[in-house]
Amino acid sequence: MSVMGLFFVFIASIAVTWLWRQGVMSSTWLAEGEVANYPGEALSPPPAAKVGLGVYLVVAGCLFSLMTAAFFMRMESSDWQPPPAPGILWFNTLALVVSSATIQMAQFAAASRSREGLKLWLGASGVFSLAFLLGQLCAWRELVDAGLYASSNPANAFFFLLTGAHGLHLIGGLVALGRTFRGAWDDRRNTALLASSVELCAIYWHFLLFVWLLLFAMLTGRAEALGAICRRILG
Amino acid sequence: MTDATVRPEDAVPPAETPEMELFHAHSWVTQYVFCQDAKVIAIQYAGTAIGIGLVALVMSWVIRIQLAFPGAISFIDADVYYQSVTMHGMIMVVYMLTAIFLGGFGNYLIPLMVGARDMVFPFVNMLSYWVYLLATLVLAASYFVPGGPTGAGWTLYPPQSILTGTPGHEYGIIMMLASLILFIVGFTMGGLNYVVTVLQGRTRGMTLMRMPLTAWGIFAAAVMALLAFPGLFVACVMLLLDRTLGTSFFMPSIVELGEHKNYNGGSPILFQHLFWFFGHPEVYIVALPAFGIVSDLISVHARKNIFGYRMMVWAIIAIGVLSMVVWGHHMYISGMDPWFGFFFAVTTLAIAVPTALKVYNWVLTLWHADIHFTTPMLFALGFLVTFVNGGITGLYLGNVIVDVPLSATLFVVAHFHMVMGIAPVLVIFGAIYHWYPKITGRMMDERLGKIHFWITFLGAYAIFFPMHYLGLLGMPRRFYEMGQTAFVPHSAELLNIFITVTALVVGFAQSIFFYNLFRSLKHGAPAGGNPWRAASLEWQTPETPPGHGNWGKELPIVYRWAYAYSVPGEPEDYLPQNVPPIAGEHSP
Repeated sequence: MSVMGLFFVFIASIAVTWLWRQGVMSSTWLAEGEVANYPGEALSPPPAAKVGLGVYLVVAGCLFSLMTAAFFMRMESSDWQPPPAPGILWFNTLALVVSSATIQMAQFAAASRSREGLKLWLGASGVFSLAFLLGQLCAWRELVDAGLYASSNPANAFFFLLTGAHGLHLIGGLVALGRTFRGAWDDRRNTALLASSVELCAIYWHFLLFVWLLLFAMLTGRAEALGAICRRILG
Repeated sequence: MTDATVRPEDAVPPAETPEMELFHAHSWVTQYVFCQDAKVIAIQYAGTAIGIGLVALVMSWVIRIQLAFPGAISFIDADVYYQSVTMHGMIMVVYMLTAIFLGGFGNYLIPLMVGARDMVFPFVNMLSYWVYLLATLVLAASYFVPGGPTGAGWTLYPPQSILTGTPGHEYGIIMMLASLILFIVGFTMGGLNYVVTVLQGRTRGMTLMRMPLTAWGIFAAAVMALLAFPGLFVACVMLLLDRTLGTSFFMPSIVELGEHKNYNGGSPILFQHLFWFFGHPEVYIVALPAFGIVSDLISVHARKNIFGYRMMVWAIIAIGVLSMVVWGHHMYISGMDPWFGFFFAVTTLAIAVPTALKVYNWVLTLWHADIHFTTPMLFALGFLVTFVNGGITGLYLGNVIVDVPLSATLFVVAHFHMVMGIAPVLVIFGAIYHWYPKITGRMMDERLGKIHFWITFLGAYAIFFPMHYLGLLGMPRRFYEMGQTAFVPHSAELLNIFITVTALVVGFAQSIFFYNLFRSLKHGAPAGGNPWRAASLEWQTPETPPGHGNWGKELPIVYRWAYAYSVPGEPEDYLPQNVPPIAGEHSP
């Protein structure tokens, strides 16, 4: 449950900072003079879609941290066996890293109004994401061939659950990426709008990469080292 | 310093967000069925929620008839009894209360209260309703599959929920889990909208600390729901995998009917943690909108500004935060480490502080106020009393040593029905009587409304007060029949019969409300734009009921908070939020 604790501390710190900037602590009715005192006009809010994505990432983050918390709680039992770690996962991780990097390049291309670069980098990112998904399927195949089904033991079940949930999120992202990609080929499309949707995709990809790296570390048993560092810092 | 009375809008900073583009309906279907207008979606949500809520009401009669007259109706066997208990609980908590407060009132009131033309993502909002409807239909369809709906209790604890012997273990449980997963997906779409609309859709001058408390309550509840529902989602997905693919997330190795099942090494307690991680915040997801709405009802109908507005906002936030760390108090008897029990008892009792603060502020708002005993006000006062009642028994149950003996008795049933059953339902009624004129343009009948109130209020007490006593006698909850239980005296049976008869009467009396609701559509007195002389923004729309886009040509500009009542020296005793300031005014 300490995973959930960390996650909530993180969310709460964002929320408190935001509330503070909105002036929740001020009592405007006590101020003399002006009708009301407003938080400075310098606050330029992000577009609604970006805030919406941010809120969604909190929900998805909550989902993954709950599954992680369940994993760690289950791990404490004495009959725990570590989950399988097919070697192809290393290759998949690399593909996802490249995919995340290329989508960042796409965002730079969109910002510099280069349509051709945008098409290229978006396409590349899509291909590497598909490679990642295919690799994950291969990993599943490998486990099933080795007779390691989801029903074999709890660790396997967690492996399939976590990779499956992550994969589904990526498929959802690919739908959005596909729409953006189609928009990039349409010359009548507003460049600024296109740039903002590329930015949203990029944020989502980085988020999924971050989640995957944590899951990967956890599934291959490297989370212990991470946990030890955290405990050292907190202790 | 500018003189605010010459060109008042100069004192208001420019709007933070550009005007949104509205979706315009072109046909009857897109205007009334697949509609993207939050007001239509709100009515669809509320109608569906009330419809499925009536099914749950009938389920409660089945439970009560069996408890008072065991075996009197042959159709109610043990399976039907447990199925009724399960469906009553699940529908009322998730499909009725959550959906009507957030989907119904949230959709209708948030855009109007913050001065937006619509939700920020109207299409997603529409999708949210249709997924919710699908979830409801899947749930209702589980009555028609072989074996019927699940009878695992609304908590769906494994291992029993997916083992033979529990009614509905074949298909019912699968339908239930699928329906919950759909509900959460649909709700997440709606919840995103409510949160982002409050963050991004506010009109010029509408700062956070000028929002009515209803908007604050719904906003906080939506944030909590977005954080808590993933808990239920994960639990449902994992349980569904256990049931269908034979994984062992929650299922320990187990022998069933002499046969060793294929499960091994799952942890049932893990399910309880995940479930209650959702389950407890759920109480406040229902309660916070109710708190907000009651604050507004009391302030409007007592013609007085809400006492301690800023404290009320902070109390809402504090309750929201605290409620995420108390889930363990539902698991005192699960054999957890005593130190966990201690931790959860402390956090549970700590919630009493912000909650009591809110109650004091409501009472202090009423102090020396010009109280109008209209129907909405009566319901708000009814809520106040009922909530304090349920809250106080909550303090007992929050203590581990008191909870352990009482946990499996009707005392718990009485407690949670008072605090999260009756109290929020009273608020729903009050809110409908209050905002009905804005939604339809006509008033509901006051006399019928008062009759409805007194029957519901007194009836609810007649039903649930005796249950505390039965619980202290040791009468167990969840039991299909008592059999030869020596410690339950004869008087308890009489009391059970009394409760059942009252429950039937109060249930049927709700037809007064529905008669009033539908009759007033055509025959109610015309209400005008602002019949309660309320100051908040939703009453200042140019049209009643508000048209598509809510505000006509120009968005309103907000100059003050929503509680400018009984302002000294004013001809009217209230100042709407969008009226330019008068000289020397110091409204927040």
